[in-house]
Amino acid sequence: MPDTNFEQPQTPAATPLAMTLHVNGRDHLMALDPRTTLLDALREHLGLTGTKVGCNHGTCGACTVHIDGRRHLACLVLAAAAQRRNIGTIEGLAGPDGALHPMQAAFVAHDALQCGYCTPGQIMSAVACVAEGHTGSDAEIREYMSGNLCRCGAYPNIVAAVREVAANAQQRS
Amino acid sequence: MAAVAATSSAIADAALELIEVKYEILPFVIDVEDAMLPGAPILHDDLFTAGVEPKATTASNIAKRVAFKLGDVDAGFAEADVVVEGYYTTQAVHQAYIEPHACVVTVGSDGQSLIYSSSQGHFMVRAYCAKLLGMELSDIRAMPSEIGGGFGGKTVVYLEPIAMALSKQTGRPVKMVMTREDVFRSTGPTSGGTIAVKLGAKKDGTITAATAVLKFQAGAFPGSPVQPGCMTCFAMYDLKNVTITGYDVVSNRPKVAAYRAPGAPISTFATESAMDELALKLGMDPIALREKNAAKDGTKTAYGVTFQNIGYTQTLEAAKNHPHYTAPLGPNQGRGVASGFWFNIGGESTGAVHVNEDGSVSIVTGSPDIGGSRASMAMMAAEVLGIPVEKVRPVIGDTATIGFTHLTGGSRVTFATGMAVTQAAERVRDDLKKRAAMIWEIPVEAVDWKDGEAVPAGANAGGFDPMPLAAIALKAAKTGGPIIAEVSVNAQGAGPGFATHICDVEVDPETGHTTVLRYTAIQDVGRAIHPSYVEGQIQGGAAQGIGWALNEEYIYDKQGKLDNAGFLDYRVPVASDMPMIEAVMIEVPNPRHPFGAKGVGEVPIVPPMAAVANAIRGAIGIRMPHLPMSPPKLRAAMDAKAG
Repeated sequence: MPDTNFEQPQTPAATPLAMTLHVNGRDHLMALDPRTTLLDALREHLGLTGTKVGCNHGTCGACTVHIDGRRHLACLVLAAAAQRRNIGTIEGLAGPDGALHPMQAAFVAHDALQCGYCTPGQIMSAVACVAEGHTGSDAEIREYMSGNLCRCGAYPNIVAAVREVAANAQQRS
Repeated sequence: MAAVAATSSAIADAALELIEVKYEILPFVIDVEDAMLPGAPILHDDLFTAGVEPKATTASNIAKRVAFKLGDVDAGFAEADVVVEGYYTTQAVHQAYIEPHACVVTVGSDGQSLIYSSSQGHFMVRAYCAKLLGMELSDIRAMPSEIGGGFGGKTVVYLEPIAMALSKQTGRPVKMVMTREDVFRSTGPTSGGTIAVKLGAKKDGTITAATAVLKFQAGAFPGSPVQPGCMTCFAMYDLKNVTITGYDVVSNRPKVAAYRAPGAPISTFATESAMDELALKLGMDPIALREKNAAKDGTKTAYGVTFQNIGYTQTLEAAKNHPHYTAPLGPNQGRGVASGFWFNIGGESTGAVHVNEDGSVSIVTGSPDIGGSRASMAMMAAEVLGIPVEKVRPVIGDTATIGFTHLTGGSRVTFATGMAVTQAAERVRDDLKKRAAMIWEIPVEAVDWKDGEAVPAGANAGGFDPMPLAAIALKAAKTGGPIIAEVSVNAQGAGPGFATHICDVEVDPETGHTTVLRYTAIQDVGRAIHPSYVEGQIQGGAAQGIGWALNEEYIYDKQGKLDNAGFLDYRVPVASDMPMIEAVMIEVPNPRHPFGAKGVGEVPIVPPMAAVANAIRGAIGIRMPHLPMSPPKLRAAMDAKAG
């Protein structure tokens, strides 16, 4: 059992910790408060605001990023703990020429969003969902996409986008 | 009140710890019926019930009473062969947009202020801030931001005035962001409420009388949507004898804010559940009962309006003929039908159309885009100008760059702002014709506009080659200067929206868990400007309604404190909770809109709770009158029935 009875940190300022984050193929040398989450490091310090904050408690999925290809909630990862790992965000998904990743293109084609706020997290989750092979049926897609809330209720179109990308990936392989 | 500004959230947190607050714990009341009882703790000693005769003389938690009446219900019930009565309750639910409230503001030393915030109306933000801070509207420039969901909840200010006060004091820009817990605790959910319904009908299904009494939680201050709740709950039906009474009641909860079709889902849950009970008692098909009593063109509502150009019966017809309605059901499965109504509104909007020198077109409106309205604006302008939609770039102007526009709500933007944009595009088109006439040196009457080009109106006009918009734009300086038009409207004649939903569920007899198996949402959309976005609105409304029906609620502990202020315990629907929601669009055009549009975003959240409840009734033979219909409640109801 993790100890949940810890004291809230009261120190307003902590000695910055030098760290290197490898994000979207590039190293970033940073000096951050050791309490900084990966989410804050990305948004507030690297300007990568595509990763969204919905709850900061790991309950909505809006901040989903890839760490070594697996999906993680950036709000639950300390930046310092993500050193020496390959961190992927929505900004790194498109090709260097700006060509959309197939999942991004599928989200556009299927109108798999309304307000768009949960979309970066949905897309990062969806890319991993396909890579994990959890796309055998619509029910399986729904199950493995259930960590990402979409209050606009675009789920039918999100599932359609994931299904299409998975089918195309299968054809190519 | 105290507020802290700091250079980091860690410092702000530490500073907050240093503020000592002494609370005097007063008696509290959470439940709406309790708050109305004699002897209930009174929240405001200066609150007297409005709308009662004689005038109230003692303070009450009942802020307002409203009543609507047609005919004589006593005579109507006397005529009835069958009467059903029910008492229904709903819980407060939150809009739960994924983007928490946030703003960045700066107040200059000269008082000139800039607000960047996420809202459904930056003119609204400007107005509230000016009022609260005693400023002139023209001193505040409110910038619209991309908005991560609103659903009605971002139609008021929470952070902006505080941030402005802090900025004024510090002389620095101030950023404020709510946590998810802040959002649940301190921003408005919608009301929970109680609704007592009574329906009387003849054997053939003709409803002879209907009554409803609605009691809605307003939160700590008056202002629940009980009035629209009253106005909508029987609006689907042509009733000769009806009374609807509503009470706006304060209690120790967060002050409510609008949530998609405010009031209607709450009251309609009750009335459409009662309609299902009536159909059962009469042994009638639930769609046939609704058809028998359906509102049509010319039907007068209890709130006074006479309907025109409505498409309710068409939604019933489509529901009856949809393969979903007759598909076989398995064990523990049930099917429910329910209908819903929402007014849709118009109001003040501004749209500007600018033809740029290269022939591209910019559109500016004052309507924050919460559901894809920018695309609809571009499509309508492109249609009028006869150019590809890709040539049109729609943007949202701030309060200093576009004329006043009422906030995004009431399903008004495609209708009202769309009307402004269409009219502006028409003016631009007329101007383009005038410019072509000038270049060709012929009368403007001799110029037509076709597929994005000026063309001679006939053989007599002269043998000119068509002149495309871009060519005219290039010569704008020589023909009178910039080609632009800005139109402000106060749009009237929004067409009301009607929907009929069909829902199949399966109830697990072991756990009481309800799975929504299939869902079909049929709606009169007027004319769908961007059909896939309209479908998205219908699916989204249905999804939120299903969450409201099955899971969502504000839970209070015995100390009167909210116990589930987070997504872990306040459970909104996730992908695996949702079936495919099939949206069926019926198009009964609205003659008051240039393209026939009606509002579409709100009515889809009105029928789902009753549709789900009626389906559960079909599956387990038990009427569930209390929301949410969560597994423990269903399990308890099934156990009670089994004895």
